[in-house]
Amino acid sequence: MNPFLRRYTRNYGAVAGLAVMLVVVATALAAPLLYPESPWMMVAEPLIKPFTDPAYPFGTDMLGRDITAGLVWGARVSLLVGLLSTGVALAFGILVGAVAGYCGGRIDDALMRFTEFFQTIPQLAMAVVLVAVLSPSVYSIMGAIALVSWPPAARLVRSEFMTLKQREFVQAAIVIGQTPSRIVCTQILPNAMSPIIVSASFMVATAILTESSLSFLGLGDRNLMSWGFMIGAARTMIREAWWMSVWPGVAILLTVLAINLIGEGLNDALNPQLRKRGE
Amino acid sequence: MKFLSFFVSRVGKALVVVLGVVIINFFMIRLAPGDPAAVLAGQAGAGDASYVESLRAEFGLDQPLLSQLWLYLKGVFQLDLGFSYRNHVPVLDLILERLPATFLLMSCAFLFSIVFGVLLGVVAARARYNNKRRWIDSSVMTGALLLYATPLFWLSLMGILLFSVLLGWLPAFGMESVGTHLSGWARVGDIATHLILPTVTLGCFFMAVYVRLTRASMLEVIGMDFVKTARAKGVSPNRVIRAHVLRNALLPVVTFAGIQLGQMAGGAVLTETVFAWPGIGRLMFDALLQRDYQLLLGIFLVTSIMVVVFNLLTDLLYRLIDPRISADSHGAAA
Repeated sequence: MNPFLRRYTRNYGAVAGLAVMLVVVATALAAPLLYPESPWMMVAEPLIKPFTDPAYPFGTDMLGRDITAGLVWGARVSLLVGLLSTGVALAFGILVGAVAGYCGGRIDDALMRFTEFFQTIPQLAMAVVLVAVLSPSVYSIMGAIALVSWPPAARLVRSEFMTLKQREFVQAAIVIGQTPSRIVCTQILPNAMSPIIVSASFMVATAILTESSLSFLGLGDRNLMSWGFMIGAARTMIREAWWMSVWPGVAILLTVLAINLIGEGLNDALNPQLRKRGE
Repeated sequence: MKFLSFFVSRVGKALVVVLGVVIINFFMIRLAPGDPAAVLAGQAGAGDASYVESLRAEFGLDQPLLSQLWLYLKGVFQLDLGFSYRNHVPVLDLILERLPATFLLMSCAFLFSIVFGVLLGVVAARARYNNKRRWIDSSVMTGALLLYATPLFWLSLMGILLFSVLLGWLPAFGMESVGTHLSGWARVGDIATHLILPTVTLGCFFMAVYVRLTRASMLEVIGMDFVKTARAKGVSPNRVIRAHVLRNALLPVVTFAGIQLGQMAGGAVLTETVFAWPGIGRLMFDALLQRDYQLLLGIFLVTSIMVVVFNLLTDLLYRLIDPRISADSHGAAA
């Protein structure tokens, strides 16, 4: 077995996380096949208890919407927003961090002040205000999440760049006259990739949590069923229908937990020497 | 002298952050689709024409962008955060009225998370290092991992479900019992029982963060030479942990506590929404429902100021714990 896989599979939690994640991804992909009708449709009697009607295993909400259908469609929103907003945040974070770490000096100072600013202000409050003002849609949500989550990535990339820049192979590339952009893309960035990948997986988890918080507050995309929205709608029904809020929460918890476990497994597999020091 | 210049530079930094937030607020209104004056008045048809006109004059919307910004900045620094059209009250009054409740909740949650987080982190690190009772370490770490992945608002709801609906031990919402006119200690007790669930649910996530940080940091310090020396010269194990290991291991925890406050302020919006806690987080949720943007931006600004002030305090605390850190190296580290 190749060493990457061997180190990854040695972490049982990471294997379990991967298994859960595969189920979630498969569910998200299969949503249109499993539940071709919109999850907003009222399909049965309201407030059917879970595990009583085999057609609606997780019950129905106060309007008779199928909670199982909501869970299945919600997986799409969570994964989509989690992945895309992390992608945007990562691209921006890498850009800022790479420029700051490679150039150093004043540029570095200015960019780090900028990064610190975004790290200081209350992130969720900022995302809430942004989405509210721009009016809630899947784009404004992804943009807001990306805007509040890039700073840690930028700091990580910057510190990686600062150490890698001192290494002989980079110095050699400078001496033979490679252009800075080429050095960054072909010499430094590939060597900085493993910590970036690890932190990206944790960013996806945080983005999913943030998305669910926004939809919980009523700032979700009105056309898409999401787990946070389901919990928000269930909030006032907590005394009458516990299942309306329990299942979507369990779905978020499992997904985020799985991603965090995968992140730790990737960390073991990609940075084995770091792992040993921590043991 | 050195401390003074450090203090001045930190205050200056804090002021720059506040200024930045004010500028963001200014541009946010202009990002919104539609006429800024109508946006400020509340979109859903609530703004009558004369009010929108007066807003337009007040914000100088007929003037160039830079003078608009100047007008806005001048207003904010004279503590004029605008008028909440929906509530017929100045925004600042609304916020100030709600601030004490948020302050109470956040301080309690902060204390809860840091005290229990550090405590559990120490316990886990000791169990792991001594290689005795490893199950303590693994169960603490599993618990932290679970809390790390739990959405805050859902944990709050589950807390209500368990402790209010099923067991009936704790009140589910509000800050005081309705209709009872308690005073003195009875009132304090009443508020305290209302405070338990919001504090614990808001603090739990951050507790998990501190557990992991403290444990990792302890395990790093515990193997260092000066700890071995202390042990070799016969310092009691408890004192080694307390005076030698923990003191040094706490540094990253304090740094992180400052950064985390911004997140906790956001978490307060969720917790207060679930528990109908009469603070600015709940006010923010109400402002969202009413599309009251003046109020929303005002709350964002006040929350940011709160976080910046807390940050300043942790920075000062950091210097007290570790006098080696100079003002500059702290900012550049990490």
